[in-house]
Amino acid sequence: MTDTLIAETAPPDEGWRRRRGLPAWARSRKVVAGASLLGIFVLLALIGPVIAPDNPSMSTTATLAPPSLAHLLGTTNTGQDVLSQVLAGARESMEVAVVAAIIGEGLAVVIGITAGYLDGVAGEILAMLINIFLVIPVLPLEIVLAGFLEQKGWFPIALIIAATAWPWGARILRAQTRTLRKRDYVEAARIAGDPGWRIIGFEILPNVSALIITGMLFHILVALVVQSSLAFLGIGDLTTWSWGTMLYWADDASAFLTGAWWWYVPPGICLALVGMGLALVNLGLDEVINPRLRLPKGFKLQRERRFGRRAAVAATAVAAGPADPGTATETDAGGTR
Amino acid sequence: MRWLARRSIFYIVTAWAAVTLNFLIPRLMPGNPVQAVIGRFDAQGTPLSPSATKALTIAFGLSGHQSLWSQYGAYWNDLFHGNLGVSFTYYPTPVSSIVAQALPWTVVLVGMATIISWTLGTFVGVVAGWRRGGRWDAVIPVGTFFRGIPQFWIGLLAVTVLGVALGVLPVSGGYASGLSPSFTGTFAVSALQHSVLPALTIIGGSFAGHLLTMRNMMVTSLSEDYVTIAEAKGLPPRRVMLRYAARNALIPSVVGFALELGFAVSGALVVEKVFSYPGVGYVLFQAIGGEDYPLIQAIFLVITLSVLVANIAADVVFVLVDPRAREGAGQ
Repeated sequence: MTDTLIAETAPPDEGWRRRRGLPAWARSRKVVAGASLLGIFVLLALIGPVIAPDNPSMSTTATLAPPSLAHLLGTTNTGQDVLSQVLAGARESMEVAVVAAIIGEGLAVVIGITAGYLDGVAGEILAMLINIFLVIPVLPLEIVLAGFLEQKGWFPIALIIAATAWPWGARILRAQTRTLRKRDYVEAARIAGDPGWRIIGFEILPNVSALIITGMLFHILVALVVQSSLAFLGIGDLTTWSWGTMLYWADDASAFLTGAWWWYVPPGICLALVGMGLALVNLGLDEVINPRLRLPKGFKLQRERRFGRRAAVAATAVAAGPADPGTATETDAGGTR
Repeated sequence: MRWLARRSIFYIVTAWAAVTLNFLIPRLMPGNPVQAVIGRFDAQGTPLSPSATKALTIAFGLSGHQSLWSQYGAYWNDLFHGNLGVSFTYYPTPVSSIVAQALPWTVVLVGMATIISWTLGTFVGVVAGWRRGGRWDAVIPVGTFFRGIPQFWIGLLAVTVLGVALGVLPVSGGYASGLSPSFTGTFAVSALQHSVLPALTIIGGSFAGHLLTMRNMMVTSLSEDYVTIAEAKGLPPRRVMLRYAARNALIPSVVGFALELGFAVSGALVVEKVFSYPGVGYVLFQAIGGEDYPLIQAIFLVITLSVLVANIAADVVFVLVDPRAREGAGQ
């Protein structure tokens, strides 16, 4: 009886903060800035293809026209409207990234937590599997897989990205699960005779939820870059519009050598801004999850100079408190990438 | 020693897994891959020659009615003899000689650029971590912006600005078109000039990631008690920064670097396409265009094995910076 009580009252980290008004993550400026940026692009992905001024594939006689009132972002070498392509491309780019991230992070959660939870040979084999797929370069593997696909729409590409990008998340989750496994409340649940699925689902999963969210964001970022790289290499359906296919066609027409910057700069900026939004949210969340990355209140370099560095460092050490070095470094290694 | 043994086993198993994956993927994919390829070439109006069809059939082990196991044995046998099949865009050139020609370009370019990028990023990261809470925190938004950009796009900008607009550097190829690879001064200078833009691109694309990783490691290790004690003892700040905080922050950073290599190489391969650099990435791009499966598969294998070798090198560095690994107690 007491054992289960201990197990159930072991609080997930954020719970107590949420009760004091705003959750910690919503008070982080990085998270708010990143999330706003992402919000804009999610909106674009939803309404982009609808508000596009022209049919993105429609050729006109105005070829390679610089930005003007008729074509706000200019035209391609066949007179297609670049702005319409950027707007239409937003949906496919985001679609692939999000779907690949959901599936990939799902794989990471299942494999990573199982690998961390299982003892002995089974756990070791799963850990080995994670490390092997971590080392194999993703892009060539994806190209090999894509080569044998029957049809090359956006969904198979998302599946391929998911199937090759999961080891990152799995590695971080395995490391965290292994440290959690030794905690008293997990031991208590085990002694109380809880089955494995229950321990994983009710004791471990809630305590890695923050890692799953940061892993998810990181997955979206990777999928976005990988998808645009694959499209740029000419893999996937080149008849539909994504930011990657735009860059493929721009390269195909040597837009970079003829100085048609309005053609290839916008998709790149979009990719960078979405990536920045994701990375900012991730960095902000990282600081919330890992207190040692957070600077104590009022920590300013100027003040530090006036009063000497020692005081400030001591304050950092006190504010951070004792932390589990193993967990912190493992989390950093993946979470901040 | 135990650590070394574990790592060796890991590398052997990984190499085996890569080879086996490469063997299995075409055989496990639905449908008959040879028929699919022939069909696609027919649809394009450029049917494959019978000899190319035969090369493909052999490459995918579909020639006889052998069992999967005997095919697997034959595949390993071929591999040990350096036989990776025959390219059918450059029929009948063996795939291995095409890859062997391209590999040195990639190894030198990507290897040098990655090492420079990591060293620079780590050093700036140490400083940025040390001066946290001040103006140096600006590296966070700037760094995240750069990290989200695909490397190849940075390459496209480099072509436009440095290559075309300013006209200071060559933007395509590995050496001037009049030359042929040789060990002469003219060729070396030409090759060096041609490698500047791709190298700058790879550095620009990966520098921010290394910087941010190292900065966070520094901030984490600066909050450790031993740093406080070192400062309390009145050690010179530079010594605390480099010998105490940075040295310990370096350990996870080296591990991260090794893990990231596969990803870094992937990005660099695409950069080669931008500059038509005569390395493996550009050959890969051409192989994709020509649906040259034996070539694509050989490149996958060679790249994976190269990354494994680079990982072993990173392990050696790791042993140098982490005494726990030397004594066999770590990991």
